[in-house]
Amino acid sequence: MGNSISLRTLLMGTAAVLIGLGAFTATPAKAETVLRASMHADVRTLDPHWTTQTIAGIHGIMIYDTLFGIDDDLVPHPQMVGDYTISDDRKLYTMTLRDGLKWHDGTPVTTDDVIASLKRWGAKDQAGRAMMGYVTALEKVDAKTFKIVLSEPYGLVLDSLGKTGTMVPVIMREKDAKTEGNNQVTEAVGSGPFMMLKDQWVPGSKTVYAKNPNYVPRKEKAEGLSGGKVVKVDKVELLWIADSQTKMQALIAGEIDFLEQPSTDFIPILESTPGIKVMNTGKVDSHWGTIRLNHLHPPFDKPAVRQAMYHLVNQEDFLQTIVGDEKYYKVCHSYITCGTPYADETGKDVIGKYDLKLAAQKMKAAGYNNEPIYVLAATDHHTITPASQVLLTAMREAGLNVNAVSLDWSSVVARRTKKEKPEDGGWNLFVTTSSGVSALNPALNTWLGAGCDKANIGWPCDEEMDKLRAQFAFAKTEDERKALAKKIQVKATELVPYISFGQWTQPLAYRSDKLSGIVPVTGLPVFWNIEKKN
Amino acid sequence: MTAYIVRRLFATIPVMAVVAVFVFLLLRLAPGDPAALIAGDDATSADIEAIRMRLGLNLPIWTQFVIWLSNIAQGDLGVSIFSNLPVTTLIAQRLEPTLMLMVATLFVAVTLAIPLGVCAAWKARTWIDRLAMVISVLGFAVPVFLAGYVLIYVFSIQLRWLPVQGYTSLDNGLWACIRSLILPAIALGTTYMALIARITRASMLDVLSQDYIRTANSKGLATKRVLLLHALKNAAVPIVTVIGIGIALLISGVVITETVFNIPGLGRLTVDAVLKRDYPIVQGLILVFAATKVLINLMIDISYAFLDPRIRY
Repeated sequence: MGNSISLRTLLMGTAAVLIGLGAFTATPAKAETVLRASMHADVRTLDPHWTTQTIAGIHGIMIYDTLFGIDDDLVPHPQMVGDYTISDDRKLYTMTLRDGLKWHDGTPVTTDDVIASLKRWGAKDQAGRAMMGYVTALEKVDAKTFKIVLSEPYGLVLDSLGKTGTMVPVIMREKDAKTEGNNQVTEAVGSGPFMMLKDQWVPGSKTVYAKNPNYVPRKEKAEGLSGGKVVKVDKVELLWIADSQTKMQALIAGEIDFLEQPSTDFIPILESTPGIKVMNTGKVDSHWGTIRLNHLHPPFDKPAVRQAMYHLVNQEDFLQTIVGDEKYYKVCHSYITCGTPYADETGKDVIGKYDLKLAAQKMKAAGYNNEPIYVLAATDHHTITPASQVLLTAMREAGLNVNAVSLDWSSVVARRTKKEKPEDGGWNLFVTTSSGVSALNPALNTWLGAGCDKANIGWPCDEEMDKLRAQFAFAKTEDERKALAKKIQVKATELVPYISFGQWTQPLAYRSDKLSGIVPVTGLPVFWNIEKKN
Repeated sequence: MTAYIVRRLFATIPVMAVVAVFVFLLLRLAPGDPAALIAGDDATSADIEAIRMRLGLNLPIWTQFVIWLSNIAQGDLGVSIFSNLPVTTLIAQRLEPTLMLMVATLFVAVTLAIPLGVCAAWKARTWIDRLAMVISVLGFAVPVFLAGYVLIYVFSIQLRWLPVQGYTSLDNGLWACIRSLILPAIALGTTYMALIARITRASMLDVLSQDYIRTANSKGLATKRVLLLHALKNAAVPIVTVIGIGIALLISGVVITETVFNIPGLGRLTVDAVLKRDYPIVQGLILVFAATKVLINLMIDISYAFLDPRIRY
């Protein structure tokens, strides 16, 4: 009896506590529309020119604006620029900023800001460096007009100013843009459609943006990174949820509205869930895979050995392992992203011939003497790790002497910069992925660079290749560009700066019962134009 | 006692010094380079070197160590390489979720484990004992992530009672905060419940076989009084020890729970910082963890004196 009374007392006490707790529940404030988006990474730096991390670019286009923006077909259109002219000899660009551009602190955007920003971006970004190599002057005409003076008729000025992906050429305040390129800009004052609420920033967890009430959008329809950036929600929260399963469950439960990169394993579940829609992010596939070879050391210092490696790669094997659903991937033997204007699959018969015995024979004939091949195999990356395993399996089945160096991705990134012999801490080969927009043309695709010490890690060395890439940048017509792209494809097939293992797209998922108006953008997700039902 | 506490506090200094040297060297000797991560795919060797210079990573390792140590002596744990925010700010941001999760987990674990352990010992070798130990073994055996996913599926997706993920700060209301902690506390608390229950049972069995318990029973004292006042109090030393160890583990070791339930606590901050080679954060966190563990151990030792009057320092 005594025990039952105690139990009752306990239950009543618990109920009283719960009721009491209910009284403490905060009263909801005025209903505001908050779009909650789970991103592929956390916003950990505020400076989009400081690092190539895509998330820094996403933060950049939230709070800053750009001079030009690309549309769905990757054609650049004026964004901050109102009017512009190009001289007949294509060496002088005169641009005037449109009316109504203001920083978040209310001061007007001027050409001093633009010039300082272009200089900073041009010193850091590869496309910027390429362009600035031909820029002899950035001249201020007045507070709203400036000139870009070129030494040569470099043809990719507008494409570079409107580029998407990483190191987007956003315009910062002059005082921020004067920060030395290797030091971070720590302020977050832009002139873009959103304002960062820095006091609510929790790196590694959440970044909050509010609508910029003073932003004057363009009149054109939003398309890609161009057109009117009309913000239709009060706030956007970019969340970092590390676990793929949790992200998916949070979307299904309606705790988040937008999932930037759902795991491909879960896409069928999301597609079959009422109220959720899965969509592609743009017309260009988001990723392509690369097997990068080190041209400095044996055996890949010999072109014939590198060419033999083509026969170890069956792109279907890689893509099935990484992506699974063929709706989202594409076998592609072009050095330029397939599905874009300069893609060319010349040499496909050789590049795409998967034959392990033939690979081993060709390597032996080319002088490979069974020396160990050091493969930097990442162990903690959702795509690079399985891709590395597929390659290692093929190499072992072909009878190659493989030394798999298993490292976490951070360690791979550090070790791949080493030029030492593989056995002394260097490497022969590693697997990585790049964004589809980074290979839209041969000039932008820095993995094709063959400038020896100046080339990307792997350090290919071929004078003709770099000449062809430079010619592409100066080509006047589309036909001329396409012809050069074909020549570069042929040259690359011989040189083998890397071997592609296919390309794929990473769809996004969102609550279609709550959100409407999502703008599909190649390279970066954007949050303007989206309406949310509360 | 005061002299003992002061002596123990001073003894933490060499411990912290050893931890500092060890952590600093271990991080620097491990492969990885934050400069290469920042620079990205397109960077040249010169770009990476410029970033290393900016971060001071090009300096000799002992120079870096001396700079770090002198900053620590001034209470400055440094600044994150990536976010450029002070490490103290980052730790402060993550402290509330971790502490709240720790309190909720201990609440779940202790309130279930001690009655379970006492009952198992009281009814030793009966079906109650066996059932209690089956529950306890299951608590150990089921991985936290699996328990987490199952709880999310049942209570968040199917029943829609509780949130899938995230931590709601106390600033948004006590009940909202508790709601966000119920599932993670159950998932994580089950393991600790199992541990504490087993220790409680073992300790109680030992005490229940003592002469003074037999005397208390023969004097006709109520079972409840014998169990709770005479036996449990005397069995408390090992139980308090294991709870204390649990607290120390919970502060730094709840990465999986924080990941599954997306709680922005210190565990995730540590893992993210290690993966990015954000050296100042990792160094700062490990110092904080070490200091916390030393202090918790001290508190456990002090508690012994209150629980067992025979213990004197």
